[in-house]
Amino acid sequence: MKFPDMLIPGPLKKPQKPGTGDGAAPAEGLQGAPADLVGWVDERTGGASFLTGMLYRKVPKGTNWFYTLGSATLFAFTVQAVTGVFLAMYYDPSPTQAYASVSHLTNDVFLGEFVRGMHKWGASVMIILIWLHMARTFVFGAYKYPRELNWVIGVVLLILTMVMGFTGYLLPFDQRSFWATVVGVNITGTGPLLGPYLADFLRGGAEFGQTTLSRFYAIHMLLLPGLIIALIGAHLYLVVKLGTTAPPWLEPKRRRTIVKEERV
Amino acid sequence: MADAADKSNGSPGAGGLPTPDPPGHFEGESMNRRKALTIAGQAVGGLAGAVIVLPAVGFAVAPIFDSPEERWESVGPVSRFRADVYKPVVFTLVEGVGEAGKTTAYVRRSDPQTFPSESPGTFIALSTRCAHLGCPVKFVDAAGNFICPCHGGVYDFEGKVIGGPPVRPLDRFQTRVRNGQVQLGPRYSVTSQLDPVRYRDPGEFTGGIWNVLYPPRPSTPPPP
Repeated sequence: MKFPDMLIPGPLKKPQKPGTGDGAAPAEGLQGAPADLVGWVDERTGGASFLTGMLYRKVPKGTNWFYTLGSATLFAFTVQAVTGVFLAMYYDPSPTQAYASVSHLTNDVFLGEFVRGMHKWGASVMIILIWLHMARTFVFGAYKYPRELNWVIGVVLLILTMVMGFTGYLLPFDQRSFWATVVGVNITGTGPLLGPYLADFLRGGAEFGQTTLSRFYAIHMLLLPGLIIALIGAHLYLVVKLGTTAPPWLEPKRRRTIVKEERV
Repeated sequence: MADAADKSNGSPGAGGLPTPDPPGHFEGESMNRRKALTIAGQAVGGLAGAVIVLPAVGFAVAPIFDSPEERWESVGPVSRFRADVYKPVVFTLVEGVGEAGKTTAYVRRSDPQTFPSESPGTFIALSTRCAHLGCPVKFVDAAGNFICPCHGGVYDFEGKVIGGPPVRPLDRFQTRVRNGQVQLGPRYSVTSQLDPVRYRDPGEFTGGIWNVLYPPRPSTPPPP
């Protein structure tokens, strides 16, 4: 399946292979460019070469469906971000109103149950996909030089996503989420020396109170999404810059003569 | 950035020839205008960053050092409580958060004949917060024990651990009698010998070295 070539704006067309074509420099090519919107923006930003470089980049032989798990995780995050914004329009992060507002948006608001369901089940989907993506990277050995930093960023993203799940779990403020958070914060408190202070920080005091819910809400919908988006940007930048690895079952092709020389 | 400064003292440049000193330079100069402005720029940038970050972090961390006011609540007349049976009472631990701020305590009269450490005429109030991870425990009459539904912690009549994962006896509330009413006050934790210590979160050991590994927090009231 291929996108019809005539529908792609000039600047976004696939660049020709080096050594082919009439050898016209990019600036000369611009003279023939149509005066359309994409051309206008590209002339002022140079963004098209970034886009074509990213979208038409080479991928190794043997690239298969396992390589889509990262994009799938990104899609799951996008679903969470979009549905989260709309849930925030109805949600009220006060201990006395939170449950009622969630109940209202689930039962009364048009499509509310659907949007909340997407956010709730999407959270589990994202956790599953992120683990599968990590397993793919590990099993294919794609974490090795020069991609170690991308592995580290990925692990931080995994931790942030788990914290996302932890802070989001409290927000419906029903019995299950309340007690799950009580237990979760107390587990944090069992770390020696710093643990008790960390638990106090999470709760905003010695007892689970007024500030706990708004604190979790702020972490869940302001602090973590910003961090995650920034780190996803760095993650993708490194993917495009370094390229992906070939599957481990593909041996690099060697010429027999060279192999023979090595054995001497 | 530092190249202009480094090459300014007539040091050999490319091709071994000494580079001419920049205009306005004098012999033995270690600081020039470019260097000074760089340092000043970085200092101002760092100051601006600190002005943003420090108050924000302090704002978020402040509740750790905030000690809440002591509050006492009446839970019933003295005649309501007996020495051999626990009476569950519900009272408000945190104000302004509705039902989430309420907790259950089990209250009885002290019983110096059975438990010599208890002083006569006082009241014992056990918290229902499990010392494992904070689930609510329930006194089961048939067993005569407190049992936690989450992970199977079991406590005896005094609140001492006799089974399961809890790390210390059940917490207690300070009690007093005002106008014939039993009042419950701040929470405190106890060691395995039932000596009172400052309140610790569930899952944290008490007594001995543990009082150092799980340091007392300024956000909790002192023990009785």
